[in-house]
Amino acid sequence: MNTNGRIEVKNLNFYYGNYQALKNVSMTVEPHQIVAMIGPSGCGKSTLIRIFNRMCDLIPSTRVEGKVLIDGKDIYTKDTDVVSLRRKVGMVFQKSTPFPKSIYDNVAYGLKIIGIKDHRVLNETVEKCLRRSALWDEVKDHLGKSALSLSGGQQQRLCIARAIAVDPEIILMDEPCSALDPIATARIEELMAALKDEYTIVIVTHNMQQAARVSDKTAFLMHGQLIEYNKTTDFFTNPSNKITEDYITGRFG
Amino acid sequence: MSRHDTSDLIFRRVLAAFPITVLIIVAGIFFELVYSSLPSLHKFGIGFLYHSIWNPVEENFGALPFIYGTCVTSLVALLLAIPIGVGAAIYLVEYAPVKVSRVISTLVDLLAAIPSVIYGLWGIFVLVPFMRNVVQPFLGKYFGFLPLFQGPNYGIGMLAASVMLAIIIVPFIISVSREVIAAVPFVYKESAYALGATRWEALSNIVLSYGKAGILGAVILALGRAIGEVMAVTMIIGNDPKIALSLFSPGYTLASVIANEFAEADFPMYLSALIEIALVLFLVAIIVNILARLLIWSVTGAQSAEAVK
Amino acid sequence: MKDLVLKSFDATRLRREIWDKVMVVVLFLCAACVLFILFIILWHLIARGLSSLNPAFFTHLPKAVGESGGGMANAIIGTFVLLLLAVGVGVPLGLGAGVYLSEYAHQRFAQTVRFMTDVLNGVPSIVFGIFSYTVCVLPMKSFSAVSGGFALGLMMIPMITRTSEQFVKMVPHQLREAGLALGLPKWRVITGIILPSAIGGIMTGIMVALARVAGETAPLLFTAFGNLHYTQSLMQPIAAIPLQIFNYAVSPYSDWHRQAWAGALVLIVIVFIINIWAQYFVYSRKRWSAGK
Repeated sequence: MNTNGRIEVKNLNFYYGNYQALKNVSMTVEPHQIVAMIGPSGCGKSTLIRIFNRMCDLIPSTRVEGKVLIDGKDIYTKDTDVVSLRRKVGMVFQKSTPFPKSIYDNVAYGLKIIGIKDHRVLNETVEKCLRRSALWDEVKDHLGKSALSLSGGQQQRLCIARAIAVDPEIILMDEPCSALDPIATARIEELMAALKDEYTIVIVTHNMQQAARVSDKTAFLMHGQLIEYNKTTDFFTNPSNKITEDYITGRFG
Repeated sequence: MSRHDTSDLIFRRVLAAFPITVLIIVAGIFFELVYSSLPSLHKFGIGFLYHSIWNPVEENFGALPFIYGTCVTSLVALLLAIPIGVGAAIYLVEYAPVKVSRVISTLVDLLAAIPSVIYGLWGIFVLVPFMRNVVQPFLGKYFGFLPLFQGPNYGIGMLAASVMLAIIIVPFIISVSREVIAAVPFVYKESAYALGATRWEALSNIVLSYGKAGILGAVILALGRAIGEVMAVTMIIGNDPKIALSLFSPGYTLASVIANEFAEADFPMYLSALIEIALVLFLVAIIVNILARLLIWSVTGAQSAEAVK
Repeated sequence: MKDLVLKSFDATRLRREIWDKVMVVVLFLCAACVLFILFIILWHLIARGLSSLNPAFFTHLPKAVGESGGGMANAIIGTFVLLLLAVGVGVPLGLGAGVYLSEYAHQRFAQTVRFMTDVLNGVPSIVFGIFSYTVCVLPMKSFSAVSGGFALGLMMIPMITRTSEQFVKMVPHQLREAGLALGLPKWRVITGIILPSAIGGIMTGIMVALARVAGETAPLLFTAFGNLHYTQSLMQPIAAIPLQIFNYAVSPYSDWHRQAWAGALVLIVIVFIINIWAQYFVYSRKRWSAGK
């Protein structure tokens, strides 16, 4: 079993131009855990996970201060290979993003671009990943069909299959269920539990019940500050911080 | 109240005359073209389209040389203009700083506003000598084993016309591709990056495949424009109704034969044959337009379907 | 499997990186190439045009072959006459159709008209020349300014229809309702309220269409035909700058070539001025609505 996939954040500050989106955040995500990030919209939770794979680099005039280590390596040094980092840190988005290709080619995409052409390997990986993401039985007879023909929930599971095909260590999920119905959401949540033994998963969610259901640890952010980060069971039953308590009781009833 | 109703009704009726007139004009163009080409249609039938002899003296008319010349120049022009146009569009949207991109886009629109007779003038005095002295000797020397680049080098001819057409349609391809590429949602690019794709891989595999229907629509419209282009081509293609494999040799297009010979067509069958060529152009324009519209419709249709989902 | 991914990744990483860098350069070169061509064309136009341009160009008639000097006064006037005639044909038809489409038309009918104007927009310019030839020149038995203006006017219709429909539709609904609430009949609301508030956009559409046809040559070849003198009547052939450029450019005389370059410079300046003017209407409209 692979023990990689550890994220350490030390005194992280993040700025969009003059606006400070994250203030002195420090936290550690242990391998093979599911960490949920919650907080009001605009609190910086989506920004934080986009820092883990340097996706925030794509927005001009942003600035990172502090350290982010993945498996002990600082990812914000000059000689960090962003492409390599992103292969290692996969991501699933709020809106499912199937490429306008066949189901097969969607899953195989990450392998094809790194030059893996062997059909046997590709076939095996596609099947393995689709099985892992619990999509295989639904699509095995029409792998050549366009991925756009799948339902929303299937598309999201396809995106997960596509992400695990390149063997990442960490999977970031940015509100992966917010566009899905309850049944599709339940399937994604089951899937996350099943994937935990191989991958570290960080999920941003606006749904506190979901955070309570799926995660091992929960982080609560507000106004760019990490208010509380704790074991999920303790977090929801016995929050140590008054703000957290107000937030979760306000929401739960 | 009833006075209002009456005046409204009259206004509405009068106003309705305008769109109806527009319809009548389109129908009228079609009718006039068919009617005036009837003698030629009767005499040559469908063979008009594939006969390669164009001999006004013997009243023998076949449009194949013009169809050939139009196809060859338009296709070569597309081959040149598509990669450069799409490449430039990608650069403007994805790489260039916003301000630079805006300035260049304005300049490209400027290029599109230049009248075709000015392109033709520039073609005669700048492009043709350049083709004769630089490009064609080079192609002849290194690619002369291809039949495309053989034969006497006049400068004027199908290659020069193709390059000219490429210059004329490239701004059009750029401006449409720019819109199409900019319209691809950012998250798809992020998805490719998240799988470890490089920037170029994300652009070429994902962004372009999202935009391909729209870009294809632009290409078809550009093709329509190339087929219908008159002056710039007429001035530099050499106007010789023959079918030659070499791009160096002079040729003729549907539009340019009309421009050149219509005023001197001195007997009815000659005129009728030229008008039949115009009819062909008209029909091709309609087909090209419908194709492009269907494509664009399929793109926007798919998008709205997605939005509903 | 993990090893295979890592191995392949490392094996191809450098190649992918180089490819990524190379493509940036290639894409840049594509854009640079287009810009370069634009500058070359403008450079030739300005350099050759300016050196051939003199006051006589604007005030004199063309000289006969072999005599140097002369100008394009007749063609400059001719172009403006043709554009005026074109406006006379294109603006009422385009504007009327656009307003009708926006305010009254049933979906089916509107779709048909829109499709037809799109078809018209894609019709090669030379076809308009032939149409005008068969409906104007043949019955009148003479090339004429009217037939040339008619051909150009037809070419303006699609763009004017489209833009006026679009801008009339953009007029806020409250304005209409306010007018109707005052008890005005609908036609008074349209002519008195809607058209005036959409006028900026409509004017832009008209100007852009005008700029497009100002440089057209093909539809004039066998309608306006050209004329070496001033035209006395709209029923006579008339000169136009683009026609004159064409005739001079394909002639074997270097003095005429110079005239062609001068004409080209004047023509492009006219076209650009109309285009910039067109933008002014949109901006002034924006200012107006921003000021509200």
